[in-house]
Amino acid sequence: MFRSVPRRALLAAGATGLVAPLAAPAIAQGAAIRIGLILPMTGPFASTGRQIDAAVKLYLRQNGDALGGRRVEVLLRDDTGTAPEVTRRLAQELVVRERVRALAGFGLTPLAFAAAPVATEAKVPMVVMAAATSVIVQRSPFILRTSFTLPQVTAPIAEWALKEGIRSAATLVTDFAPGLDAERVFKERFAAGGGQVPLELRTPLRNPDYAPFLQRVRDTKPQALFIFVPSGEGAAVMKQFAERGLAEAGIRLIGTGDVVDDDILNDMGRPALGAVTSHHYSAAHDSAENKAYVAAFTAANPGMRPNFMSVGGWDGMQLIAEGLKSTNGAGEGEALLNAMKGKSWTSPRGPVTVDANTRDIVQDVYIRRVEERGGQLWNIEFDRLQAVRDPGT
Amino acid sequence: MRLALEAAFWLLALASHWLLPEQLPLLGQVWIVALFVLSLDLLVGFAGVLTLGHAAFFGLGAYAAGILAQQGWGEPLSGLLLAALLAALLGLVTAPLVLHGGDLPALMVTLGLSLMLAEAANKLPGITGGADGLLGVEMWPVLGLFRFDLFGRTAFFYALAVLFLLFLLARLITASPFGLALRGIRGNARRMPALGTPVRARLVAVYALSAAYAGVAGALLAQTTQFVSLDALSFQRSAEGLLMLVLGGLGALYGALLGAVAFTLAHHILSEMSPLFWQFWIGVALVGLALAGRGGLLGLGALLLRRGRA
Repeated sequence: MFRSVPRRALLAAGATGLVAPLAAPAIAQGAAIRIGLILPMTGPFASTGRQIDAAVKLYLRQNGDALGGRRVEVLLRDDTGTAPEVTRRLAQELVVRERVRALAGFGLTPLAFAAAPVATEAKVPMVVMAAATSVIVQRSPFILRTSFTLPQVTAPIAEWALKEGIRSAATLVTDFAPGLDAERVFKERFAAGGGQVPLELRTPLRNPDYAPFLQRVRDTKPQALFIFVPSGEGAAVMKQFAERGLAEAGIRLIGTGDVVDDDILNDMGRPALGAVTSHHYSAAHDSAENKAYVAAFTAANPGMRPNFMSVGGWDGMQLIAEGLKSTNGAGEGEALLNAMKGKSWTSPRGPVTVDANTRDIVQDVYIRRVEERGGQLWNIEFDRLQAVRDPGT
Repeated sequence: MRLALEAAFWLLALASHWLLPEQLPLLGQVWIVALFVLSLDLLVGFAGVLTLGHAAFFGLGAYAAGILAQQGWGEPLSGLLLAALLAALLGLVTAPLVLHGGDLPALMVTLGLSLMLAEAANKLPGITGGADGLLGVEMWPVLGLFRFDLFGRTAFFYALAVLFLLFLLARLITASPFGLALRGIRGNARRMPALGTPVRARLVAVYALSAAYAGVAGALLAQTTQFVSLDALSFQRSAEGLLMLVLGGLGALYGALLGAVAFTLAHHILSEMSPLFWQFWIGVALVGLALAGRGGLLGLGALLLRRGRA
């Protein structure tokens, strides 16, 4: 009798201890809005994941973790960048198990393709923050995009090259959907203006070696070389561009902004100087929003400069926030999707709109040149095309 | 005792559907990986033929089933059959090359063959979709009754059932004279002809059998995810398969299953806990296990059982 009381008390205490951690998340689940973020955090495309993750964290910190009056919880998952079936499974798990309101991230086109059917079947909005092939938004009526499309940023550089009097240009693209998009659009636009494409090269997505490709370009001697490679690959191309002496041979480097990615531009050194590219974002973009963004981003992530991937992540969160705000935090599925369609805001990159019909991003595209400012390399914008849409496939 | 343990294993596998109802997509993939490791076990563990390119068969099966469904025939079981046949055929064709020399040449030839297949798939985007992956795979319901659902319920039972049946078959085969001959070959291939065993024919047969198993595993992945990517043919898949086999216990059928379950779950839990550094912890776990005991998890388990009794 004497001893049974403390034992019972102990049991009760133990039971509470066991149950408490189970009960606590259950309460939190009721309150917080969950967003599933699937990114390549390891593997060859980890830089994309790191940039977007950093931007998403920054967005949440600046907005007090609460969007549309409800606390927001972001669940980060790593899909290693090269395994689409993992992306699909993670999307499935986030929807079924974690009951996320929206899926976000998607570093590369094949990964977005693999996850699209999950979004359709589960009726969960899917915000593509990185992948840039034109057709992605057509893969599911639940996809919205806050990054860019390759045709959108490729057409302007083709026009610019023609204006500059360039009449022959070789192309070098990575052999997967966005690369083929870039190659096709560049060739179409360039040829329509009287340009010639004497050489079209495609490099493999995995473990590419650029040296032999660039040697062939040098041997062909076009006036310019148009390059598209995925984010993070630019440094390797630039190194070979210098080593093969393409600049000395009088071949100008043009391309989409991916090749002079802000994240790694500084490490490319002198060979990058003078490269002219067209893109939707430069860390050197001259606006109050961007200055604040770059300052906050660098403060939170010392040694890192935000690139176009990060701004895709930032605007993805902005889009979700706008959708939640319009629905007072109650939006789910189709209601949330509809609330996100047609939203406009001023991003660090400039004014952007997510088109209500195509669910794709409409934004300004800039022509930039790599220049040295204060001992660092930057993409300095010198021309702007307003409200560019994806020209389609 | 042994039978009870076996029954417990399969009952637990089945019960995981109700124990972990929210993890069905992952568990479905665990069964597929287990089938792949089982196919490796038949070849490496029983016959002693080394390979670094088993993903070739896995990928071939995946693309075969995927393309069949993409072209409008989405019946799952015929997809499995086609995958098994094609993979076995590739196994038969390539077996003479692989069995030509010793262990090291076998490693190089299998690796080379799988790299060639992966590159071919990459360079034929018209058929395989290239680096973008095979899109538009639409599966019909299993047996005309069970639709592949978002929760992964059908995928779970489908993959588990196929794994169970093929496991039973593998058990029969390894216990048969054929299986015993394989063990003999692994032990001492030179003396086996003295017993009247045609060594080469046995090895070719087990190579094709193992290829067919891997092909079915690939087809299961293609059908349950309704997507095929180049990753199905990757070297990493071959290497991880071997890793899981060694982890679980070489040359024992349950070793293959245990290794696959343990590795995939550890992979999942660690990558969820730390999306950035999980590969480091996997490495730590592997080194730790390798030091802890021979014979992998199965060896460790047997050791504990013996100690418990003593």
